[in-house]
Amino acid sequence: MAKQIFYEDVQVGSEVTTLEKIATTRMLVQYAGASGDFNPLHYEEDFAKNLGVGRPIVHGLLKRAWLVNLMTDWMGQEGTLKRLSCRYRGMDYPRKMKSFEDPVDGDTWYCKGKVTKKNDADHTVECEIWVENSKGEKNTTGAATVMLPSKAK
Amino acid sequence: MAVFTVTDSLKQLIGQKEPPVVFKVEEGAIQRYAQAVGDKNPQHSDVEWAANSKWGRVMAPPGFMGWPISTGFNLFKLFEKLMKAGAPMGLLDGGVEYDFLAPIGAGDILVGEIMVASIEGRETKMGPTMVTTLQSTYTNQRGAVVLVVRNTFLNF
Repeated sequence: MAKQIFYEDVQVGSEVTTLEKIATTRMLVQYAGASGDFNPLHYEEDFAKNLGVGRPIVHGLLKRAWLVNLMTDWMGQEGTLKRLSCRYRGMDYPRKMKSFEDPVDGDTWYCKGKVTKKNDADHTVECEIWVENSKGEKNTTGAATVMLPSKAK
Repeated sequence: MAVFTVTDSLKQLIGQKEPPVVFKVEEGAIQRYAQAVGDKNPQHSDVEWAANSKWGRVMAPPGFMGWPISTGFNLFKLFEKLMKAGAPMGLLDGGVEYDFLAPIGAGDILVGEIMVASIEGRETKMGPTMVTTLQSTYTNQRGAVVLVVRNTFLNF
């Protein structure tokens, strides 16, 4: 696990440590089971086609969960995530599987963030956050507020 | 292409609360969720590590809660109701906003309440689109509101 980050360590413009993710059809099934989101849009080809999105798409909620993961990894065990919001601006498509465990080559997603504001009164830090695919498209964008421990305490 | 018109029968659903749901946050459910997301923090998966942490138990990652389906809300039924009142059949998740007010961990018993907070008509690249915001609020067994979530959905 990464070293604990403190409020004094970050400045406006500081980057949140990038978190790399992939999505596979298998992971979408796993996420459906774990979250209870069994919308066929995420696993049935014809259903997705009829809705006009081409083929099954990555759950917006999984990309949102990646952004939560981005922030909680960065803030460490002593940080607290206070707020998070995101919007889904475009579709992302999972890699298909070539064996039980391994997917074919395909998209990789990069969860990124940047500090936009620091609040000295409560040691909270506001960030803009997004998920970027291999083409550089930001299909999921949002904002997060975390409270970081202070060295002054 | 045109802006979606919000009918009176849709407007009547704004502010209506669904029956509350009560559920227990299960350790195994947290572990499976963390695994599905790829969150490697032992606080969400390692029972022994978590027992020695400041929380003393497996804690849910933020966002574990707040998807109305997994917490017992019958979201599809709610959408059926909206569709009967005139909402278009196409449905996409537009986004989400969370206020994480207190930690949620294994063993917590939560009461969740959900309501249609707003319905607006817009024009998007999918055509005339209805934008619905659902607000859910979760209260724990000690009476503390732990989470407020606003989910936005697009019907087109």
